[in-house]
Amino acid sequence: MLQTQLLSNHHFNFGRRGRDSSVGRAGKCDVHRLEEGPPLKAELTREQGLRYYRIMQTVRRMELKADQLYKQKIIRGFCHLYDGQEACAVGIEAAINPSDHLITAYRAHGYTYTRGIAVKEILAELTGRRGGVAKGKGGSMHMYAPHFYGGNGIVGAQVPLGAGIALACQYQGNNQVCVALYGDGAANQGQLFESFNMAALWKLPCIFTCENNQYGMGTSVERASASTDYYKRGDFIPGIRVDGMDVLCVREAFKFAAEHCRSGKGPIVMELKTYRYHGHSMSDPGVSYRTREEIQEVRSKSDPITMLKERMLSNNMASVEEFKEIDIAIRKEVEEAAQYATSDPEPPLEELCNHIFSNDSPLEVRGTNPWARLKSVS
Amino acid sequence: MRPTQKMNLFQSVTSALDNTLASDPTAVIFGEDVAFGGVFRCTVGLRDKYGKDRVFNTPLCEQGIVGFGIGAAVAGATAIAEIQFADYIYPAFDQIVNEAAKYRYRSGNLFDCGNLTIRAPWGCVGHGSLYHSQSPEAFFAHCPGIKVVIPRSPVQAKGLLLACIADQNPCIFFEPKILYRAAVEQVPVEPYTIPLSQAEILQEGSDVTLVAWGTQIHVMREVANMAQEKLGVSCELIDLQTILPWDTETVCKSVVKTGRLLISHEAPITGGFAAEISSTVQEECFLNLEAPISRVCGYDTPFPHIFEPFYIPDKWKCFEAIKKMINY
Repeated sequence: MLQTQLLSNHHFNFGRRGRDSSVGRAGKCDVHRLEEGPPLKAELTREQGLRYYRIMQTVRRMELKADQLYKQKIIRGFCHLYDGQEACAVGIEAAINPSDHLITAYRAHGYTYTRGIAVKEILAELTGRRGGVAKGKGGSMHMYAPHFYGGNGIVGAQVPLGAGIALACQYQGNNQVCVALYGDGAANQGQLFESFNMAALWKLPCIFTCENNQYGMGTSVERASASTDYYKRGDFIPGIRVDGMDVLCVREAFKFAAEHCRSGKGPIVMELKTYRYHGHSMSDPGVSYRTREEIQEVRSKSDPITMLKERMLSNNMASVEEFKEIDIAIRKEVEEAAQYATSDPEPPLEELCNHIFSNDSPLEVRGTNPWARLKSVS
Repeated sequence: MRPTQKMNLFQSVTSALDNTLASDPTAVIFGEDVAFGGVFRCTVGLRDKYGKDRVFNTPLCEQGIVGFGIGAAVAGATAIAEIQFADYIYPAFDQIVNEAAKYRYRSGNLFDCGNLTIRAPWGCVGHGSLYHSQSPEAFFAHCPGIKVVIPRSPVQAKGLLLACIADQNPCIFFEPKILYRAAVEQVPVEPYTIPLSQAEILQEGSDVTLVAWGTQIHVMREVANMAQEKLGVSCELIDLQTILPWDTETVCKSVVKTGRLLISHEAPITGGFAAEISSTVQEECFLNLEAPISRVCGYDTPFPHIFEPFYIPDKWKCFEAIKKMINY
């Protein structure tokens, strides 16, 4: 097994419309109310590198397959794709334990995968089939897994939930933490600040994480926020801004953050500077509020998967053939998952009313007519 | 004849807002993404025409948007706030119910926010699932102090919206999103209002009264035709238009005539607005009723993802209800 030391934590700036853009400058993470930040060096083993590559590439291919299925009208409704942001989900998962908790908003397919759900169950949920992770009843925005609380449609509503999960961890003394994710648009929701206050007051082990992909739907961060330093928005809560396109930076930063929380120091606010290639959702082409050149530039200079691959190749940690093999295996897995998602039957009509309440014996649910009564089993 | 123009529902909304900004210098429009025209195109062109001081974006904060709107209205501006989907209105629920609705009452008429109008896209759209399909009018019907209005078509939308803006009470205007493009009519270009709290009888009949609002009116129209063709039953179709305060007189007069009432809405049946109508009508028209009042509504479940076609109160379910009432 090859081992090597790598410089990580380089600071990333996105150039926009004439401003300078710089890529890959080595430097510390920006910190707020912290004496020191995450380490400047990180170790990446070959096994880790290939694993992160495989997971990121799987998420990428899965999202692109979802795009394809959506355009074929096999997936309908809302679909918010995560391609471009893979390093965030993978880096976070690499830093925390499966027994830790995670909650995010609607751009959730990547996290559903990293938290342990198979690609075919994710795609089947998108197509609304009974084999989907939520039995086909939730759709794109509502996917769940053990210690993964979704998948939430209302912007910002998941953050107080995350604080509550952290409270439960603290109360039970189980040394677990909760990562509560939200976007740059949600950063302006009042309930976030309520959560910050409670978490700081009670020193909850909550890692508030802003995935700043520069745009809240079609509104750029400058036009929505009085302050775009999202890692400072917790005010009295320490914060770290991280290059969200570099999976190692994300991992090291979250290791630091998890340690901070587990040692009883209270919450911390993370800002991951990242980028999404797709528009906000499948109904947004994504080019009316940003240029194709900008998207291309990020793809060519800061793609998380390419960066990891090149890093490993230039350090002789793996060969081009090995990556090709991984790619082929992933393509097959995603293809089979798509097959499953298109052929699995839809949930039976009886499912319509199940699981509204928790009830021992079947509950009667009033229907569209006075004489139509359905049964709710839970 | 007033000059008219072919408009769909979102264009008729734009026209109403355009008329308002032109005639009322205190009028301002704000909400998420309204500046570029809005996610449903209701505010296209307004910022260019009237300036960025009058048509501007807010950050993503519904409670803030409505609270801010109440303040602006109290201070004298005609404030038109947009909530991007009715499903997102709940963070603002406290502001609407506890602040906007009670302002006049609690200040003994010293202050009011009558200049406030809140607009939100409403109702099922075919693929909206849990959080892009809701019809929350029943939550607001329970709140004295505000008005709740729902149009069925472009002509109604413009007239009712202008009436809401002019009305000296805070109003919530729900726009059926599925009709934004689907409903097209010749709409007068000049401003006009349609009175609030007046239900409209779209079709006269003698056997069954049908009451609905918004998108469901179009379903009921079909149902009325089916009833006539297949059962020889003559239906009187009423568009309620204003949910709060609702036109009890028109509905009760109709039920006195026909003796049968069917109310239909997409929102879940328990506690839906049909319950209020049903209760009032049985009080006023008990002896005139030939059959129990029928409600054909959504199931008591969250608005489903894949099950939408089974969930909505479609024409077949309504037709069945009429058959049962006739044969009672």
